[in-house]
Amino acid sequence: MAVNSSAVAVITGNKAAAEAARLAKVEVIAAYPITPQSGVVEALANYVETGMLDAEFVTVESEHSAMGVCIGAAVAGVRVFTASSANGLAYMSEQLSWVSGSRLPIVMGCANRAMSAPWNVLNDQQDAMSQRDHGWIQLYCRDNQEILDTFLQAFRIAELLSLPVMVCYDGFILSHTVMPVEIPGQEQVDTFLPKLVARTIVDNDDPRNINPVTLANPRQNGNGVLCHGYMEFRYLMQQALEESLDTIETVDKEFEACFGRSTGGLTWSYQLEDAEVALVAAGSLANEASVAADTLREAGVKAGVLGIRSYRPFPDVKVAQELSGVRQAVVFDKSLTYGYGGPIYVDVQAALFRNRVLPEVHGYIAGLGGRDVNARQLVDAVMESIAWNSSENKPKPVGWLNLQI
Amino acid sequence: MLEKEFEIRWHGRGGQGAVTSANMLAEAAYHAGFRGVMSAPTFGAERRGAPITASTRIAPRPLRCLSQVEYPDMIVVLDDSLLTTANATNGLAPDGFVVVNSSSEPEELGLGNGYRIAVADANHIAKEVGLIISGTLMINTAMLGAVARASGLIKLEHIEKALNSIFSPRAASKNFEAARLTYEQTRCLSPADMPV
Repeated sequence: MAVNSSAVAVITGNKAAAEAARLAKVEVIAAYPITPQSGVVEALANYVETGMLDAEFVTVESEHSAMGVCIGAAVAGVRVFTASSANGLAYMSEQLSWVSGSRLPIVMGCANRAMSAPWNVLNDQQDAMSQRDHGWIQLYCRDNQEILDTFLQAFRIAELLSLPVMVCYDGFILSHTVMPVEIPGQEQVDTFLPKLVARTIVDNDDPRNINPVTLANPRQNGNGVLCHGYMEFRYLMQQALEESLDTIETVDKEFEACFGRSTGGLTWSYQLEDAEVALVAAGSLANEASVAADTLREAGVKAGVLGIRSYRPFPDVKVAQELSGVRQAVVFDKSLTYGYGGPIYVDVQAALFRNRVLPEVHGYIAGLGGRDVNARQLVDAVMESIAWNSSENKPKPVGWLNLQI
Repeated sequence: MLEKEFEIRWHGRGGQGAVTSANMLAEAAYHAGFRGVMSAPTFGAERRGAPITASTRIAPRPLRCLSQVEYPDMIVVLDDSLLTTANATNGLAPDGFVVVNSSSEPEELGLGNGYRIAVADANHIAKEVGLIISGTLMINTAMLGAVARASGLIKLEHIEKALNSIFSPRAASKNFEAARLTYEQTRCLSPADMPV
């Protein structure tokens, strides 16, 4: 493996995630294996065992403990890494809120997988979407190159803002699929991602409470200094999340200057400049949508794609700008906010309404529990939406792709 | 050089190394200059001995298509019993390639309706080279040689490079020897149809 020069390797998404953690020189890894994330944990265990990575690999009995170890190490001031999926992520859920509330710059991977029941190990995005309101930044990747690049960006974003970042990549579709990935050299990564400057209060000479009970209103501490109440902490966290909209874009520009590649930052687009119809999605589905856009253009429909990379924070202004020229936006979700359509569909509608950009917006649910989604089905959905607009004058119910009921 | 995407579906049994070979084929194709290469197992659970599939996509330009392969241009069958039990030819193009590990002659496989058939006795070659792990013949890497011969998309040197990135030098050279012998001994039913 190249140390100081970049090289292309044909690797899985899990391996790309592990390579990013190696290049970020994480010092503590604690993770519990779960399908489809296991490959990233196995690769990192191998790196530590063979001396490729100088890190402490802490084996734990559960995901809850994995994040507990990461919290401890991050509080002490080192760069940490963990990853999970579905049930494991759900088991970790309580700790996710401890991480963000403690403003720890933890980066974790989520190889997206369906939630039980019924039992299913395959891909959709319900696991991460169900955890969205814990105050973590959530970034979605379209391919394996973007997994590696996004993790490197995530450490930078997290450490600039003292916020945790979850890097989401579709289980199996990316985690288990090999494709060419350019792996940068260590020196180049060190330039982009400097050594973590710990922002810690752990000090033997100045012992303090960490995360004490914090009541409703600001109170004076023992020295008479007025300290925040719970609500002030949460306000500052929200401010940081909103500020991260700029940081995510800035970090991507820094990344591009360093590596010559861009992820797009908050969103990416394909053939959107002159598009009349936009397909909107997050993750590998958005990549598949770009193939559908090609087919639609061949059929005379000016189609383009808006790929959502940052789901939290939700880039409402950028989404509205990107969609300001289209007559129709068709949003594909690989998860549900049960009782109210797909989460990206709901958020896109709100973003457009708030910014007074009002194309026709339709939503489709696709690929739940590993149901394959191909470009042909996406094309059919777009054609269905176009036909609806010309024949119906009422809201279109959310559609389900390739439902066999 | 290939204009459009070429899709290959591997049929094997759990433990035969179909997924590993599918991945190595993607890497070999990258070394051969194709910038769009991708390979994946068919998603789900795998059991030793049960029929499994994996897919490799090869294209001149980077790929954006991540859905499962439905209409392969080539199938690679690691065990000729899968030809009938696993409906291996499902979705295969009428003039598609069928690459089979078998001791039978191409004509004897009962496939001859337009398919371009290539047969190699990889079991025999693996035994000859000594590719035996825990009493099981490892034929997956040998079959890379048959794929190279039948498709003309990759050369032996690209296979060698891919093997070297996965195996230790000793194991790589043994596996390459199997691929090389298989390349030489692959029998094609209609060689005139084969791209060079």
